[in-house]
Amino acid sequence: MIQFDKVVKRFGDVTVLRELDFHVKPAERVTLIGPSGSGKTTILRLLMTLERVTSGTIEVDGQCLSHMKRGDRMVPADEKHLRQVRKKIGMVFQQFNLFPNMNVLRNITEAPVRALGVPREQAEEKARDLLEMVELSDKALAHPSQLSGGQQQRVAIARALAMEPEVLLLDEVTSALDPELVSGVQSLLRDIARSSNLTLLCVTHEMNFARDISHRVLMFDQGQIVEDGPPEQIFNEPEQQRTRDFLQAVLNA
Amino acid sequence: MIWDWNWTLEILPQLLTQGLLVTVQATLGGAVLAFVLGLFVALLRRSRRAYISRPVGAIMEFIRSTPLLVQLFVLYYVLPDFGFKMTALTTGIIGLGVHYAAYTSEVYRAGIDGVPKGQWEAAIALNMPRPYTWISIVLPQAVRRALPALGNYVVAIFKESPQLSVITVVDVVGLARGVGSESFRYLEPMTIAGLFFLLIAIPASMLVRRMERRLDT
Repeated sequence: MIQFDKVVKRFGDVTVLRELDFHVKPAERVTLIGPSGSGKTTILRLLMTLERVTSGTIEVDGQCLSHMKRGDRMVPADEKHLRQVRKKIGMVFQQFNLFPNMNVLRNITEAPVRALGVPREQAEEKARDLLEMVELSDKALAHPSQLSGGQQQRVAIARALAMEPEVLLLDEVTSALDPELVSGVQSLLRDIARSSNLTLLCVTHEMNFARDISHRVLMFDQGQIVEDGPPEQIFNEPEQQRTRDFLQAVLNA
Repeated sequence: MIWDWNWTLEILPQLLTQGLLVTVQATLGGAVLAFVLGLFVALLRRSRRAYISRPVGAIMEFIRSTPLLVQLFVLYYVLPDFGFKMTALTTGIIGLGVHYAAYTSEVYRAGIDGVPKGQWEAAIALNMPRPYTWISIVLPQAVRRALPALGNYVVAIFKESPQLSVITVVDVVGLARGVGSESFRYLEPMTIAGLFFLLIAIPASMLVRRMERRLDT
């Protein structure tokens, strides 16, 4: 489903990703862990086309993200190509990024209506189903500013799902929440993950959540994968010293 | 010189009907034009195509760096030589509107820059087409941020509108001067004209300040 091939990403003089290779299968749930600045979030941002690769290629569902074919040459992707590949990908952000000028229902329906051309009534029906799933049916007409952080993040999850993505990217989605709201959002995501065929790529500092939700965990350090394995291996018997150090630091925090 | 109440009551209706009407027309016309034009200018200046953004920026810089008075003279007395002829009031509204568009465009620019990056990123993540990102997400937030400053410019346009008298637009002040020169008494008509500006500008400024406070919270 997702294929990274020798991906390099530099910001000025700083190299964030160094010739990164990895592969994610359809419906696989992968969690990226590692210290801050190790390039985890950059991977999600590259997939969402919020950043461009410096070199290397990223494929999603067999389609190249950064380049497209013109004749028999590969040229940098234009807006039309990007819109095509983006259809398959959705993202939930650390800071929610709900649109403050719209009520909850409009937040969820705006993109299906504007980007996919779904009729508004149909989009609203779907939005109400999604709101029921995230247990916010009574907040359809509320504005984001009237909601708690946890409620806002659940709306953001519904908003991403309304576009029916095949790949969902979760970027530290509980990091900005008050501690007592974290578990509600996590159990919602767990239910969504288990009841769907979504391919999930998740950056988190919550190790229990990582263990719970993922088929596979990738340990990152300095722009490279240090260790790659099922959560049981990574959390119970990590092979690499770097992974052991990191987990010890995080779990004893 | 003693204040003459009888005469005051005699000239008051004329000042408040004829004069007021012209002042209000000039202010509202100028403000609406400045708001609409300013928004387009702000968008053009953000264009990635340098052959659009540069000239627009230069023209606005030119407008901001020359007096409104000179611009009004050029519009009213020079342009007709090239075949553009408009009534004095229309010319005045265009003059005020274009002049203040140079300022409101900066207000919009600040408003647009103030929209958090996360809003743009969410729009991309949702695959929103670019025009709708502007229309339904960025501009509503930017304009909301810009409202108090725009309100201040309405007050400014209102207070500058007597300048239109140089191109023969007769507003409250122009009328007061006319009445004064006929009777050699300026005390009453000019006081009325001044009070009239005061009575409108103060509540308007208070309204703008209230808007600012509400947006802060």
